[in-house]
Amino acid sequence: MAANFPTQEQVQGGIGATEPGHDHAHHDEHHEQSFLQKYVFSTDHKVIAKQFLITGIFWAIIGGALSSLFRLQLGWPEATLEWLKPFLGKWIEAGKLNPEFYLALVTMHGTIMVFFVLTAGLSGTFSNFLIPLQIGARDMASGFMNMLSYWFFFGSSVIMFASLFIETGPAAAGWTIYPPLSALPQAIAGSGAGQTLWLVSMALFIISQLLGGVNYITTVINLRTQGMSMSKLPLTIWAFFLTAILGLLSFPVLFSAALLLIFDRSFGTSFFLSDIYIAGQALPNTGGSPILFQHLFWFLGHPEVYIVIMPAMGMVSEILATNARKPVFGYRAMIGSLLGISLLSFIVWAHHMFVTGMNPFLGSVFMFLTLIIAVPSAVKVFNWLATLWRGNIRFTTAMLFSIGFVSLFIAGGLTGIILGNAALDIQLHNTYFVVAHFHLVMGSSAFFGLWAGVYHWFPKMFGRMMDEKLGYLHFWLTFAGVYLVFLPMHYVGIAGFPRRYYAWTGFDTFSQFADLNKFISVAAIIAFLGQFIFIFNFFYSIWRGRRATENPWNSTTLEWTTPVVPGHGNWPGDIPAVHRWPYDYSKPGAEEDFIPQTVPYSQTQSSNLPYEKEME
Amino acid sequence: MTTLSIVLVLALLLVVFGLLFRLQILTSIFSGSSNREVGVSNRVNAILFMVFLLGGGAWFAWSFVENFDKMNPPIASVHGLATDKMFWVSMAILGVAFVLTQVLLFWYSYRYQHKENRRAFFFPHNNKIEVIWTLIPAIVMAALVFAGWKEWTRITGPAPKDAVVLEVMGKQFNWLVRYPGRDQKLGVVNYRLIDAVNEFGFDLSDQNGVDDFTAGEIHVPKGHPVLLRIRSRDVLHSVYMPNFRVQMYAVPGMPTKFWFTPTKTTDEMRAQTGNPNFNYELACNQICGRGHFAMKMSIIVDEPDDYVAWFAKQKSFSEQNPEVLASFKQKSDKLVDKAPATPAAAAVVTPTAAKASL
Repeated sequence: MAANFPTQEQVQGGIGATEPGHDHAHHDEHHEQSFLQKYVFSTDHKVIAKQFLITGIFWAIIGGALSSLFRLQLGWPEATLEWLKPFLGKWIEAGKLNPEFYLALVTMHGTIMVFFVLTAGLSGTFSNFLIPLQIGARDMASGFMNMLSYWFFFGSSVIMFASLFIETGPAAAGWTIYPPLSALPQAIAGSGAGQTLWLVSMALFIISQLLGGVNYITTVINLRTQGMSMSKLPLTIWAFFLTAILGLLSFPVLFSAALLLIFDRSFGTSFFLSDIYIAGQALPNTGGSPILFQHLFWFLGHPEVYIVIMPAMGMVSEILATNARKPVFGYRAMIGSLLGISLLSFIVWAHHMFVTGMNPFLGSVFMFLTLIIAVPSAVKVFNWLATLWRGNIRFTTAMLFSIGFVSLFIAGGLTGIILGNAALDIQLHNTYFVVAHFHLVMGSSAFFGLWAGVYHWFPKMFGRMMDEKLGYLHFWLTFAGVYLVFLPMHYVGIAGFPRRYYAWTGFDTFSQFADLNKFISVAAIIAFLGQFIFIFNFFYSIWRGRRATENPWNSTTLEWTTPVVPGHGNWPGDIPAVHRWPYDYSKPGAEEDFIPQTVPYSQTQSSNLPYEKEME
Repeated sequence: MTTLSIVLVLALLLVVFGLLFRLQILTSIFSGSSNREVGVSNRVNAILFMVFLLGGGAWFAWSFVENFDKMNPPIASVHGLATDKMFWVSMAILGVAFVLTQVLLFWYSYRYQHKENRRAFFFPHNNKIEVIWTLIPAIVMAALVFAGWKEWTRITGPAPKDAVVLEVMGKQFNWLVRYPGRDQKLGVVNYRLIDAVNEFGFDLSDQNGVDDFTAGEIHVPKGHPVLLRIRSRDVLHSVYMPNFRVQMYAVPGMPTKFWFTPTKTTDEMRAQTGNPNFNYELACNQICGRGHFAMKMSIIVDEPDDYVAWFAKQKSFSEQNPEVLASFKQKSDKLVDKAPATPAAAAVVTPTAAKASL
């Protein structure tokens, strides 16, 4: 059945630009596809990328709306929320938000943002869109598997979305779903059907990730065009490639954790349960360990934050270089630091567990490994700064978001050094300090990477430009909003306010900062509403935006050598061969301030560096 | 009616917004600025970056100073003083890095904004500075790790032998506390024995448990190490005492522990904070269900003498619940024909025993 899809053949044709020229003829004769084949069950990586993006935007609106709901509760704990009754129905009890539903909101906000927006929506969109275009391939190695990857994600989305509406409420044990809370419906209503749907949905999600990941890796390894050695790959591709490897190695562990939890929940096993007396009854389970679940969860959970942030790092590197009109500084160091981060991300997971009762010696080991990972991250920041230094910067919206990314990554990354210190984590664990830290370093930063990517590659996706002025407004509003929300949140965290609290009013220790929490809530809700500027701009520009040119940003990479809207197979003729690295911006002696990767050294004799002379 | 008018106002706002948006597009086409590659807005954005740096920086500094007093919960433990110092020293080091990198980021953005006749400097790499800026964070990191590791091993090391022992058990949604009584030994418990009366699941056939007593609040003596033995009987909880900088999960099936030394009595802290109602609090800091946010228990730090007096007044669980004790006695009588020596029946906790524990 797969053979019916034209892309398959094109991929065969695309394995190298070395293929004889029948490629071109082959293209012209390809048959018209039905609507269903073209836009729904498409195997074209560009369409699949857009499917991921639009589903991701849908999820981001849901995730953001949920956060506005619980910020209402946290900002105005005494207020009546009766007016939300039309939307929330029975979850508003006598004008108050149901505390279990509050926990469900927090849980679903986390799950949606981490997995459905920043993993699928970010990496799914741009790995799909950019890998074939930037390495010079007709499509992914397997268009069919790629299609399956999206549809598994879609199925998983439908189930997760449905779980929001069931009677006992969605999963409510936190996005980390620590058992026993997540295993026992007696403990919280959300651990009934809601948690079951959560687990099923995540299982499908993991399948989607694996199908996608295998494809990305295979494509990068096998389908690079002539001349595109690994050392000539744009940093975006390096980032997507390593992200896919991380996902492939770590998601199966989450799958196993989910599976064991399903066994504990439904089939009476005791992997994570022991010595429990609940709801007037002693359970028969003995010998299990809740800590085991945490090890399994964080073995994915920690690489996951790098799965979220590395694609953003790659895109930001690319966009900073393009718009500073300067080569990215330390290309090899950038790859090296990505490799370092990828490797280290697998051996730091237990820093989420310093105070869980894990052996303190293990805590020491993980503290040491965790703080090492700060070094490659620091190198990346210095290299981005050096890329801006003495550049000739054009502030496109994508560039603004990229600079914003670096700023937020620094702000959030530095506090990671505090939290990675086990002795300091005793006090800060599970406080708002943690919430502020990861919302800056992986939440907001990754979102900024996502926006930068959308603004930058929108012309290649839809053949039109997004409106710049609206983009500027969107950026400044969001940039200020993010800082106004998350900087004060650190203060709340240092004061020890625990996360996932419905209200702090019961404690004297947490009696201050009612005003600050109100302030954070206002900023968060305004920043959320500001996102509709982006959504308007996005959809308006798809149909009514200014028409784009082939290479609107004067960029060097391969995707800008395709037609304004690349069709099936990406290049109408032969796939271009690559001759140079992707960052020849403002090269001394060159006529233009950029030399595309497809230009051979023989044509740029005036600007060739000594060692490049040999390659003329 | 209000809803309707809000909807109407929003709709009108959207229309106005849409019209402004069209107008903006038309003017930019008319003025030709849409065709220029790099327009005035480039300069505006560059200036905005400087405004953001200065304005944002000032706001950050102001709000930090303004809130500083509120964000430091008064410390009342020996290791808390050390970790708090380490926290602020680390924050200061990181603060320098933060200011330096942010200033450079915003300044470069402003300084190197597009100029028509300038060309960017082709500067692909420089091994020397790359090595330098890899080494500097590595060295700083090493120092921070070392300090943290030393403190961490001290805090998590074995508790002093003379530590006051008590058990904190988490359940949905409150804390239960048990003291070992005069024999200084916590008795055996079994979760299968838990019921409405025997909330700990005391197995009173174990002699060590007979003099154990439970309490409605935690009392600890000032200046003496206190060892918390931590358990949970249903889901995960976390023992969190912000003023003592103490935190440890309560895990069903896996007892955990944490020891600390309180340095200020509740009265001293009341005087220090000027709040006559001040109380040290124990909060739950791991999501545990509906009542998670209200799982509170008070902690009283007493002068050692007051602690001893309080300890002496407590009645053991078995004394308060003779029927539970009797049921165990019956069971053991059935099992063993020989009548066991009467357990230190209604073991009265004497002041001397409590003193021995200090």
